[in-house]
Amino acid sequence: MSSTAQELIPPESRDPAGAPSKRRPGRGRVRRLSSRDKLVLALMVGIPTLIELMLVWLPMLMSVGLSFSRWNGLDLADLRPAGTDNYQFITQDYPPFWPAVQHNMLWLLFLALIATPLGLLLAVLLDQNIRGSKIYQSIFFAPVMLSLALIGIIWQLFYQRDNGLLNFVLGTAGTPQAVDWFGDSSVNIWAAMIAATWRHAGYVMLLYLAGLKGVDPSLKEAAAIDGASATQTFFRVVFPAMRPINIVIVVITIIESLRAFDVVYVINRGTNGLEMLSALVIQNLVGEGQVIGVGSALAVVLLVISLVPIVFYLSRTFGKENRA
Amino acid sequence: MSNVAARPRPVPAGAGTRSGSRPKRHYGTHIFLTVMAIVWLVPLGWSVFTALRPVASTNQYGYFSLAGAFNFDNFIQAWTQGGFSTYFWNSVIITVPAVLLTLFLASLMAFAVSRVNWKFNITLLIMFTAGNLLPPQVLAAPLFEMAKHLTVPYSFSDSGNMLNTYIIVIAVDTAFQMGFCTFVLSNYMKALSADLTEAALVDGAGIWRQYREIILPLCRPAFAALGTLEVIFIYNDYFWPLLFIQSGNRLPITTAINNLQGQFLNNYNLLAAGAVITVIPTLIIYLLLQRQFVAGLTLGSSKG
Repeated sequence: MSSTAQELIPPESRDPAGAPSKRRPGRGRVRRLSSRDKLVLALMVGIPTLIELMLVWLPMLMSVGLSFSRWNGLDLADLRPAGTDNYQFITQDYPPFWPAVQHNMLWLLFLALIATPLGLLLAVLLDQNIRGSKIYQSIFFAPVMLSLALIGIIWQLFYQRDNGLLNFVLGTAGTPQAVDWFGDSSVNIWAAMIAATWRHAGYVMLLYLAGLKGVDPSLKEAAAIDGASATQTFFRVVFPAMRPINIVIVVITIIESLRAFDVVYVINRGTNGLEMLSALVIQNLVGEGQVIGVGSALAVVLLVISLVPIVFYLSRTFGKENRA
Repeated sequence: MSNVAARPRPVPAGAGTRSGSRPKRHYGTHIFLTVMAIVWLVPLGWSVFTALRPVASTNQYGYFSLAGAFNFDNFIQAWTQGGFSTYFWNSVIITVPAVLLTLFLASLMAFAVSRVNWKFNITLLIMFTAGNLLPPQVLAAPLFEMAKHLTVPYSFSDSGNMLNTYIIVIAVDTAFQMGFCTFVLSNYMKALSADLTEAALVDGAGIWRQYREIILPLCRPAFAALGTLEVIFIYNDYFWPLLFIQSGNRLPITTAINNLQGQFLNNYNLLAAGAVITVIPTLIIYLLLQRQFVAGLTLGSSKG
């Protein structure tokens, strides 16, 4: 049986990776589909696509539409066009907007310059033949299992002014010098970023551990024979060889910094030093003064910024597929 | 990306490295890693320590002492009076159907875009993947208004619309996670040999049989990894229930813990116990299915 099947298949389509070569014989394959198969396929594609369109893409477009309107969210008949008023308001008359943009940038820089390199360092150290590597890995990875909301609570217990461990260790507990790490608007963004690092570094470590295992050992040997030091080997040979993982990490780091919602919302709903774009969106949607237009304008700002890493990632991932 | 997807399981530590050929001293590394590991364990350890002490002991001796009793009273109180049994059950009601639906729908879509050649394969796959990478807050206002304006009978929902129902949370969770699962599963299915379904086609097997009897059983490892990952993701989801669910007693555990802060003001012991209870299910999954979870994360490291 299988031998007959083998003969019937054009040789190109046997290679699952050769996407474009598959295209021509593929047309023949579609023609072989019965009408029942076509119906099944239509449902297989149609149901998930409909859900995706209704609950992700349509709301995204509606956000854009609402950002140019004035609405109290009650009756659709009250929906009024507002031009760019909402954008003018958030950039000129809405005090938390620019701090939020700055905090999002700071968050990104902190993750990119501290948390991600820390994760890489841990991965490089643990990739060596050292004893207890598995145990270390499990410890560093454990926070990745926790939700960011829970991380906010756990660090709250650690950071508290009077009963937190940190003030006790610093010797300031119970004295006037005690710092309320999540409450003091001059330090709380840093405290929150450290809490986020706790999780992010473990995640990055895990991805790089997988990446390092995939680097061909002969590359390292060749570099060593050529007289490269361990540091040179890493930065000139190993790190560039992990390009696919590096791209994923860059995208994850940017997207995480845009999504930094849960942790600041748990601490104080994203106010008083912890303003973030994502939290401002929600502040304008819930609570007493529902200003849907303003919230949507903020959401669109967030959307436009996040499209940069998304498009970068998609063109890397799918662009290659089309060219190959 | 395909490189990432091609290596679902990391090789056990030390298997591939040849640096052992030259003996190396790792004392500095060990000291650094030990210090980091201790730092890493402190926040969680402090929560457990606080949770195990009755509030009477901490009031009497302070939080930074070893004196006084250690017991599980806080856990019992959080579970019964704090409503954690309800919250936990709510989490189950949301997580189980959402994960099953996500995996089922994603496998349908992944099959169609990876095993059948037609015009919009890549377009659809890009659409699904991109949707998953958006910050959820971008979709918040329209989804909230859609749920609010979708009128349903009061026998179905006591709010008269879709707000405050589990169904809307499950639906949005599913839609949001589906993109990621479709992406990972389609990569996995693409790597399966084309001969498999060609042979079945010659045998006269329809699309559904190819999907159900050939491809699905072969995807078991991917389902195990993704299933574990999605249980954690959806259990840990804070945002969607926060947006849609208004009555406190319907909140899942991850979102409910936020309310606890106000409810038990100054009873940090109880708050800590609540936090630890919330950690326990993920910790159990981590210990039992660590391998699946890690495989899932590295399979689809596209996850934001």
